[in-house]
Amino acid sequence: MTRSIRPAALVLKDGTVFEGEAIGAGSSELSAPVIARGEVVFHTGLSGYQEILTDPSYAGQIITFTTPHIGNYGTAAPDNESAKVFARGVIVRELSRRRSNWRSDDSLDSFLKQHQVSGIAGIDTRKLTRVLRESGAMPGAFGTATESELRKAALSEKGTTGRNLIAQVTTTKSFIHGSGKLKVVAFDFGIKTTMLNCLGEFATVHVVPATTSASDVMALSPNGIFLSNGPGDPEMVHGAPATIRELLGTGVAMFGICLGHQLMALALGGKTFKLPFGHHGANHPVRNLATNTVEITSQNHNFCVDADSLATKAEVTHVNLNDNTNEGMKVLGANAFSVQYHPEAGPGPHDSRYLFAEFVARMEAK
Amino acid sequence: MPRRNDIKSILVLGSGPIVIGQACEFDYSGTQACRVLRAEGYRVILANSNPATIMTDPDFADRTYIEPLTPDFIVKIIEREKPDAVLPTLGGQTALNLAMELFARGKVGVPGTPELIGANAEAIATAEDRGKFKQAMIEIGLSVPLSGIAHTLPEAQKILKEIGLPVIIRPAYILGGRGTGIAHTPEEFKSVVKNGLAASPISEVLIETSIVGWKEYELEVMRDRNDNCVIICSIENVDAMGVHTGDSITVAPAMTLSDVEYQKMRDAAFACIRRVGVETGGSNVQFAVNPTTGEQVVIEMNPRVSRSSALASKATGFPIAKIAAKLAVGYTLDEISNDITKKTPASFEPTIDYVVVKIPRWAFEKFPGTSGVLGTQMQSVGEAMAIGRTFAESLQKALRSLEIGRFGLNCDPGEQIFETISDQDLLNLIAIPTPERIFQIGECLRRKISVEEVADSCKFDPWFVDQMLSIVEERTHLATTSLAAMTKPDWMRAKRMGFADAQLAWLWKTSEQQVRTARLQAGVRPVYKAVDTCSAEFSALTPYHYSTYEDESEIRATTKESVIILGSGPNRIGQGIEFDYCCVHASFALRDAGFETIMLNCNPETVSTDYDTSDKLYFEPLTYEDVMNVIEAETASSGVAPKVIVGLGGQTPLKLASRLPSNLIAGTNSQSIDVAEDREKWSALCESLAIAQPPGGTARNLDQAIEIANRIGYPVLVRPSYVLGGRAMQIVHDQQHLQKAMHEMDKDGSLGREGGLSAERPVLVDRFLEDAIEVDVDAIRDSTNEVLIGGVMEHVEQAGVHSGDSACTIPPATLSKSIVDEIEATVTKIASALNVIGLINVQFAVTGESVYVIEANPRASRTVPFVAKATGVPLVKVASRVMLGATLGQLRQEGLLSARVSGRHVSVKEAVLPFNRFSEVDTALGPEMRSTGEVMGIDDSFARAFAKAQFAAGTTLPESGLVFVSLNDRDKSGGVEVVKGLSSLGLQVAATSGTAKYLTSHGCEVTRIVGKFSERSTGEKNIDDAVKLIEAGEIVLVINTPRGYGTRSDGEAIRKAANNCRVSVVTTLSAASAAVHGMIERRNRPFTVKSLQEFHARQ
Repeated sequence: MTRSIRPAALVLKDGTVFEGEAIGAGSSELSAPVIARGEVVFHTGLSGYQEILTDPSYAGQIITFTTPHIGNYGTAAPDNESAKVFARGVIVRELSRRRSNWRSDDSLDSFLKQHQVSGIAGIDTRKLTRVLRESGAMPGAFGTATESELRKAALSEKGTTGRNLIAQVTTTKSFIHGSGKLKVVAFDFGIKTTMLNCLGEFATVHVVPATTSASDVMALSPNGIFLSNGPGDPEMVHGAPATIRELLGTGVAMFGICLGHQLMALALGGKTFKLPFGHHGANHPVRNLATNTVEITSQNHNFCVDADSLATKAEVTHVNLNDNTNEGMKVLGANAFSVQYHPEAGPGPHDSRYLFAEFVARMEAK
Repeated sequence: MPRRNDIKSILVLGSGPIVIGQACEFDYSGTQACRVLRAEGYRVILANSNPATIMTDPDFADRTYIEPLTPDFIVKIIEREKPDAVLPTLGGQTALNLAMELFARGKVGVPGTPELIGANAEAIATAEDRGKFKQAMIEIGLSVPLSGIAHTLPEAQKILKEIGLPVIIRPAYILGGRGTGIAHTPEEFKSVVKNGLAASPISEVLIETSIVGWKEYELEVMRDRNDNCVIICSIENVDAMGVHTGDSITVAPAMTLSDVEYQKMRDAAFACIRRVGVETGGSNVQFAVNPTTGEQVVIEMNPRVSRSSALASKATGFPIAKIAAKLAVGYTLDEISNDITKKTPASFEPTIDYVVVKIPRWAFEKFPGTSGVLGTQMQSVGEAMAIGRTFAESLQKALRSLEIGRFGLNCDPGEQIFETISDQDLLNLIAIPTPERIFQIGECLRRKISVEEVADSCKFDPWFVDQMLSIVEERTHLATTSLAAMTKPDWMRAKRMGFADAQLAWLWKTSEQQVRTARLQAGVRPVYKAVDTCSAEFSALTPYHYSTYEDESEIRATTKESVIILGSGPNRIGQGIEFDYCCVHASFALRDAGFETIMLNCNPETVSTDYDTSDKLYFEPLTYEDVMNVIEAETASSGVAPKVIVGLGGQTPLKLASRLPSNLIAGTNSQSIDVAEDREKWSALCESLAIAQPPGGTARNLDQAIEIANRIGYPVLVRPSYVLGGRAMQIVHDQQHLQKAMHEMDKDGSLGREGGLSAERPVLVDRFLEDAIEVDVDAIRDSTNEVLIGGVMEHVEQAGVHSGDSACTIPPATLSKSIVDEIEATVTKIASALNVIGLINVQFAVTGESVYVIEANPRASRTVPFVAKATGVPLVKVASRVMLGATLGQLRQEGLLSARVSGRHVSVKEAVLPFNRFSEVDTALGPEMRSTGEVMGIDDSFARAFAKAQFAAGTTLPESGLVFVSLNDRDKSGGVEVVKGLSSLGLQVAATSGTAKYLTSHGCEVTRIVGKFSERSTGEKNIDDAVKLIEAGEIVLVINTPRGYGTRSDGEAIRKAANNCRVSVVTTLSAASAAVHGMIERRNRPFTVKSLQEFHARQ
């Protein structure tokens, strides 16, 4: 059970250094020195590490888990949100030596190795989180390479601002998921499996590449159009807003989540901006303005829609109660709505699954 | 939806005395509720019989009724105060049951009566009635274990046929699992069902499939009237199903649930609270999970704030009770701000970046005859909680917080007990849940028994066992190195695993001090992180800290003069809520006086560990290492060393005093503490002051004890030094019993097992003063040598009954003025000679006109809160100021100290004993303290106040029926008056032939003569014995005074039978006499209620 320890370090762009030990890919004694680099963010959820690691929206990022024990219940194939780990690396306080759960089919360490993802353990993740909270999400590098190499890597890392990461995550070919009676065309900007499963409960989902044209979508004569989540800076996803604008004019019901929400806003001529350290967690309170109730939501976004920029185009439907940022909207004069957070959960609470029913209602009303 | 304006006044129901299953956590929740509701501008009326609580401080409510928590008395309060609403969800099961009784009587929750807020009667019934609850859960599609409801044994047996053994039996409307049990055989089934039916106030039990061995979880849920629901905390039990959750080691957050399973459980918890219909507030829902299939079932739901909510509040920093009170008056979660961040709302789910471990503390050594095996009925008397960044660190911190002589998961002197136990025996032992099991598991792992084998035997999840293995492996690794060879990374690894300096000292056969010195030289010190509800996502304003060994510390420097108050640790018999009251009062008073107050404690139930109580809170074990670390960290961050208060948290901090820097100790110095604790120095002091003490001496072995006893004469009182609550104290009448007592202390008994006698732990042998009246005095002395007498308490039970188990009264009921004057003068002399600065408690025994001093403790005593409530003088507030340099004169000028109110009322304190949990225990009172809590009765005469205290303690003083009287020879003459009193009240008397003969020859009427239980087989067949009558339900009250020595079989059998049949027993003549006077008073004039504010009004 005891593992040989291979020292590793994490260096942030601002020069802060944390010492720890290597885990995952490249952690064994014989491995060549490893450098993982990316934008360092933190996630405050207590469970769901496997879903988070396989969420394509984390492309380009290194995830710090604030929960100290990670890996306790191992991994289980059905919990993957995609076929790959998109995160660039993992930072934890304590990697579990042993997994224990009836559903588990592998340990997290072995899962990381299999997906060629490195990690670092033994880190004062609370201090790191406090640094990120104060300075904002920051480029950084970690690994078993020398500190100076890591420093160089951290300095050369660009982060996610101004970057289009969709090409890395979108499907290259269309495919069909589910067999429900409605037909939904889903743009894959980095779609999660749970999202597909939620849609698949009532629809036959045609998942199409991010760059699919409006006419190709309409050729499928869908009941509804779905805009998925995805990584990176929404303002860099050129082309998609124009396509969405075109589709908004068709009257086909449209539902966007996360990046999908941001792209819909851009299609309406709105603006997005980067949050200081993003929202990554499973406990964010969101007010549904229509019912005046609070939903506890799963969130994962660094960028946010500027609600003021949409004043005449959309009605704000949901607001984050922690920082009053926009969480959802209804497009005026079109059959479209979207939310910034993740109603599908995976991981996270199921409080907002009613939005899928709303999508169905909109499709059926047509 | 803002605050309700249609409500103006609210009656808050407290939880009464501390009992097993219902402790300080309800003072914590009640205090929060009172504070919140008053701040919202409501008129708050509080009812609680427990004087040792913070909530019953007159400052916390507009009207504070220290009255019995019975429907009759609450109705009187409602009639007098006419509240608009009654809040029953913050006072535990007691308040909830009271609310249901009041509802049944049509006094609340129906038109024209106060509204029930928090939870209505329908919701309470759905959650509490096991049948209704199951039905409701099935209705909403949740799984529950197969079960049936029975009201009689035949009904139960019919259900058993459908379900099959093993089954678990749970009575309806009970707290802490009383009467609950598991049956594996038809015989067990019969007996558990019988017990269960007896324990349930409505004679109803639920019989269900046993899911012993499944994993157990709890979710703390909150809901507001907009139907917003949030989970505050998930808790996973380390002990599997089968051990009551209050007796389980628990961890937060849940460790072994994947998100998929957790979310499923969360959905179920919301469905549950919605279906049950708890409109607002906190509830907890318990689940069991099959470890191999993941099947989830709902076990139960508490529609109120609970012990787990207190734990969850302390574990997350989210104040459940406070928020619940706000929700009850109409607010919604999103309208309330998160106290800790101030910027974000309370409508969120706390997320934590540390691990919390709670471990219960038991008191089996106080109850000989109990098996010490844990089960579905809660038996623990307290708990400790620890916070660390990992499970291993928290577990070891929690273990050393328990103060049971263990420093962590073994690696300490306590592990020597395993030397003689074989591997197989150990593996067998860990299958049985006991307080020692966790240590036995550690030892199994040290012997390289595999995680699988261990987990299979103890049913802990293998993840927890593996975490323990990581501790054991680290210990094995450390054993191969030495103190000198330790590098900084070595130190960090060991400390991150939670190893205490004391454990390393044991491992390397050196002293704790040397380990500490070496560690500090290596630059290894803890950092202090903050509990902030959000895993550092937002900046926290509340300095609630725990230690760990990492890179960054978050302590903020203070500019004010600061004071550390050392708390009293886990509740135990002899040291409980009274000391928490003292610490909290000191914090309030010193904060008001401009000090920065810093609380250090590890008991999650308490008000002291509420982050609102002090300027800073350190949730840390009360050991030398952990306390010194905080002192040093505070000194380093502020540049000035804080003062330390050791005199308010009971023995726990007092024991540390001599090791802490003496210049930092506020108040009485450690040399004075030593004089009072060291028998020989103390005797010398008394002699020099010409103060009479009972003759006695100090023995280190049996020969010395015999020599002393022969010199001073029997009976003698023998007691070990440096123990609390009269542990192992005995009165012996002859040499044979002295030998036995000494043997127990040295070898057989629980103390013997902890190391026995030694030069440092001698036995005190004193002449026992028979029939003496015991007197307790609490006083304060300041630096100008002024001594303020707080109160003189006369005990109702004679000397020989531990003062903590005895009822007492202010003012004294029988002492003459000259005796009281002499006692007060003696206290003044002692306080002065000991150079006390702050509180002192002195105990006396009075025989005739002679006053003997028994002992003096230069610290806050258990009785201080009672005295404060009886006299209207905030003793602890005054004392804590005095400890920090103020004089009594200054405090008078300031207005903090005013004269006591007296002359118009009498206050009686009565002890509450946990015998209903321990059916195999003799209920006779003795020199070893066994009470868990206390109640207070106030009225205009002693008899009336005493009777109120009896009602509050749950004693039934019947108005008709048959009273069984059995008296020892010494009490027979005094018994005549008692029996005549009973007859005058229309009660009938049954007695054994000996007692009956004496009584009738002295003009008493005895309607029934009963045989002796011990002669059951030989006696006349037609005569029923007392046990039979009690079991047949024919006896309404038992008055049974045990013999001082010799055979106890009859009395013991009678008392046990009465205990098991829930018939009240009075075991001393003085109490019987007081009770009869109270009953006569009740007949003469109905009881009325009056608030503390009115009693305290100064003319």
